[in-house]
Amino acid sequence: MSKTLIRGAKVLGGEPQDVLIDGGTIAEVGGGLSAEGAEVVEADGKVLLPGLVDLHTHLREPGREDSETVLTGTRAAASGGFTTVFAMANTFPVADTAGVVEQVWRLGKEHGYCDVQPIGAVTVGLDGRKLAELGAMHESAAGVTVFSDDGKCVHDAVIMRRALEYVKAFGGVVAQHAQEPRLTEGAEMNEGIVSAELGLGGWPAVAEESIIARDVLLADHVGSRVHICHLSTAGSVEIVRWAKSRGIAVTAEVTPHHLLLTDELVRTYNPVYKVNPPLRTERDVMALREALADGTIDIVATDHAPHPHEDKDCEWAAAAMGMVGLETALSVVQETMVDTGLLDWAGVADRMSVKPAQIGQARGHGRPVSAGEPANLTLVDTAYRGLVEPAGFASRSRNTPYEGRELPGRVTHTWLRGKATLVDGKLT
Amino acid sequence: MQRHLISAADLTRDDAVLILDTAEEMARVADRPIKKLPTLRGRTIVNLFFEDSTRTRISFEAAEKRLSADVINFTAKGSSVSKGESLKDTAQTLEAMGVDAVVIRHGASGAPYRLANSGWIDAAVVNAGDGTHQHPTQALLDAFTMRRRLVGPDAGLGQDLEGKRITLVGDVLHSRVARSNVDLLHTLGAEVTLVAPPTLLPVGIETWPCEVSYDLDSTLPKSDAVMMLRVQRERMNAAFFPTEREYSRRYGLDGDRMARMPGHAIVMHPGPMVRGMEITAEVADSDRCTVVEQVANGVSIRMAVLYLLLGGNEPAVTHPRTEEK
Repeated sequence: MSKTLIRGAKVLGGEPQDVLIDGGTIAEVGGGLSAEGAEVVEADGKVLLPGLVDLHTHLREPGREDSETVLTGTRAAASGGFTTVFAMANTFPVADTAGVVEQVWRLGKEHGYCDVQPIGAVTVGLDGRKLAELGAMHESAAGVTVFSDDGKCVHDAVIMRRALEYVKAFGGVVAQHAQEPRLTEGAEMNEGIVSAELGLGGWPAVAEESIIARDVLLADHVGSRVHICHLSTAGSVEIVRWAKSRGIAVTAEVTPHHLLLTDELVRTYNPVYKVNPPLRTERDVMALREALADGTIDIVATDHAPHPHEDKDCEWAAAAMGMVGLETALSVVQETMVDTGLLDWAGVADRMSVKPAQIGQARGHGRPVSAGEPANLTLVDTAYRGLVEPAGFASRSRNTPYEGRELPGRVTHTWLRGKATLVDGKLT
Repeated sequence: MQRHLISAADLTRDDAVLILDTAEEMARVADRPIKKLPTLRGRTIVNLFFEDSTRTRISFEAAEKRLSADVINFTAKGSSVSKGESLKDTAQTLEAMGVDAVVIRHGASGAPYRLANSGWIDAAVVNAGDGTHQHPTQALLDAFTMRRRLVGPDAGLGQDLEGKRITLVGDVLHSRVARSNVDLLHTLGAEVTLVAPPTLLPVGIETWPCEVSYDLDSTLPKSDAVMMLRVQRERMNAAFFPTEREYSRRYGLDGDRMARMPGHAIVMHPGPMVRGMEITAEVADSDRCTVVEQVANGVSIRMAVLYLLLGGNEPAVTHPRTEEK
């Protein structure tokens, strides 16, 4: 593999430096590096980050290839600066066996746009009643380390306890979609002032918070670690903060859309804003931003949830929940966290690469940008501002809430083990 | 007037009074031997009902026919919808047939809003009830009934409901009638109080332009109108209240309670009534109960709304008083 010299990039937003990639590895980082024999990428003013890692992606394959495939999803990931995505288990069939997780993992390897690490279901068929073969999935070629029934909550306290205990045997983590099912029967949006006016079924914050409270106590009780998916309320932040102060092994994620959008947007009845957990209030958004900044929330995860046009071009009640996010995640984080002064680029690297790689045990990812490390890198033009145009998305689906909205930042290059997957904003 | 009628909250005070005044004109048509106006001749209106509703559908149909519109009735049961056709496709199919207005009843909150604002069709959209969101013509017919009873039909022309004290009792949480009435009655200057057990009041109600009480008995003596809301029996499974008997004891309207209302005060109900639970037969059948008037007024209101939405710039009825002579 040829050499690449990234010239004048602000590594993690610091002073401009040159970064020389040789093969799949970062060969050298410093000032005035020789470009001899290397392809040069002029990166003046741009920010270089370790390749982004998404702990929460829906690739839809197998079963819903009309929404997304491993190929289209990983192309979207590379466009957004990601070098690893963790693929959620709610496929058809559900990724609850070694066979299905290996299928997804192999597709990722074959396509080569980013590493795909399958997440295994906690329970058979995501039905919450019987543990899936967690050990077999871990021992498969996919080497599953994260288990989740995402889309559904593991609501039975005994099953959740057993899952937390069982994955300790191989250092796994259970990622919980915190949603108390009885409290959210018929729920369509955040319960509050807007739902009361619109007559839409309310999804109360306490339905999320009560499960998180229970699960951090369970994790503490059995001495395991739990990861909380897509925190959406100020109360959830307080519970995670309390749990961490007690030394409980809990990590948590927030999506870009929960850092930016509020339930006021639901007044349009436009299902592009229909998502689970729902968009909350401005107070929640501000609490989530602060928690991400102070480390209470460990990571940003996209919850990239592609749906075909017809599943969103309908009335609110009939619409599918979720929005795509891989290709806009970094821009939203720049807008909500960096441009607001809450986080610097080193902080972004930590929350979107280092920590998610650690939680998911994605080896070779989330590493420092320094000599000897795998060349998984993302180059960002942070000065760019432009309108989001979903027509240009690499994802098979277009269900973005940002269509026509101006967002800052643009990923121009992505390298996966030294191989460029995105060059000047175009997939290779 | 806006091009669509989706929510009672979209109406200004002047819009609402114009509709009420126009409905007074329309009401006179019902007294004629031939109850028909040529006003919407050549216009096509489709009644698009995705949810069962005999009362509202017939009321709209009567209103449309009295205005001489061509009427198409569409019910979801046994239609292409039951074969999986989407709202968008159904609406576009109907519009391709040259529909000028769509009257839509849908079980999903926001469906009429989507129909009116998604660019799917060009026709005017009238919300005939969506989920637990809005039922604006119901609110208008209720306001019309109140104005006739509490202000007077002729004295009421041009008037609103300033200072009138209206109490709504029952399942506010699931009631599109309550939401619509709170919005419209507030716009018309009335003071609204909602009475219900806390379990049947939505979280977030504190921003609504009304008072909230859990105590019916203390509210009745200061009410000019008391509107009982329907309690759906299927709600019992979700533990909104312990038993029908307890609900009836605390929030039902019987003769004793009605006697605590001021002498002029009226009892209203959007129907269908659950006699014995939310309202006793004694009250339902009393002269103070306006349920039957509300049904009749519904036709006048819907005539007024359709006439005004479909471009009625001229008086709806030409020299009505002269004609009556």
